Amino acid sequence: MIEALKKAFPFTIPVMIGYVFLGIAFGILLEKAGYNFLWAILLSVVIYSGALQFVCVSFLSGGTNILSIIFISMVMNFRHCFYGLSMLEKYKETGKQKPYLIYALTDETFSLLNTVDVPEDVSKGWFYFFVSLCNQSYWVFGAAVGGLLSFSLNFNTQGIDFSMTALFVVMFIEQIKTHRTYVIGFLGIVLSFLALLLVGRDYFIVLALLLIVITLLIQKKKVGVIHE
Amino acid sequence: MNDDALLIVCICGVITLFSRMIPFLVFPEGRKTPAIILYLSDYLPVAMIGMLIIYCLKDVDFLSTYHGFPELLGITIVAVLHLWKRNTLLSIVGGTVCYMFLLQVVCI
Repeated sequence: MIEALKKAFPFTIPVMIGYVFLGIAFGILLEKAGYNFLWAILLSVVIYSGALQFVCVSFLSGGTNILSIIFISMVMNFRHCFYGLSMLEKYKETGKQKPYLIYALTDETFSLLNTVDVPEDVSKGWFYFFVSLCNQSYWVFGAAVGGLLSFSLNFNTQGIDFSMTALFVVMFIEQIKTHRTYVIGFLGIVLSFLALLLVGRDYFIVLALLLIVITLLIQKKKVGVIHE
Repeated sequence: MNDDALLIVCICGVITLFSRMIPFLVFPEGRKTPAIILYLSDYLPVAMIGMLIIYCLKDVDFLSTYHGFPELLGITIVAVLHLWKRNTLLSIVGGTVCYMFLLQVVCI
């Protein structure tokens, strides 16, 4: 178990930078909306979805009715269904860690677990568990720090959120190089950009995912199936 | 503070948890996963990571003064660093530092 933690930790360092600083930004924002660091921790445990938590700050500031909140949350979370779909096989036989793995499947954890291979001498369940747990602990830590220190931070962190973009770019390169899925990778980028141009930033993910899935299904005969 | 604060947090939490659970509820471990889903799970991740890159850029205003130049240059630096050294940490830290410099010093 400890061995799995030791093996998992190094892989999570790239996420650490982004999560700690983004968490801090979230904690500060929430504090400014009138909710202290305990709320920052609460949101990071109950919701644990970076994007939705930032939007939730505006929900908490008031003015959004409950039905809109439900609708916006569902649209924003739509992508999670596809993460789960992609992780069905990977998360098989992970036993008692599985419920936590499902709960903690964020964008970053999803990208990371799809890019790294489980080291040979540790159990898959524990390895995935500690990668997920390390990531969440960075996020919770950052959120709490942001809430606590919002008055005393004056280091100019503008632009540090780019580390998440950088993380995805790195994961993308790793993916297309390892699996030689250049065409499908760039298809993902092009179709998402197209969706963004068509419907704008609030709803583009739904359209992008639909376009990607439809295109993949049409392409099925050409590329063939890796499994079996 | 909002009177419904706890309710709002719980709604967001339940919807998030449920969105992550759905695939595992629909395709439980005991049963054989349909071939079409296996096929999708082979190719979806890379396409979705591509989508996440665009997601990070969704708030960039390409019509503004700098036309998204810091973001595009930042991404180029990350990609070049990574193709060159293939060191994840170096690519991310290097790219982010360059981007922050561009944003805070060059493009004010």
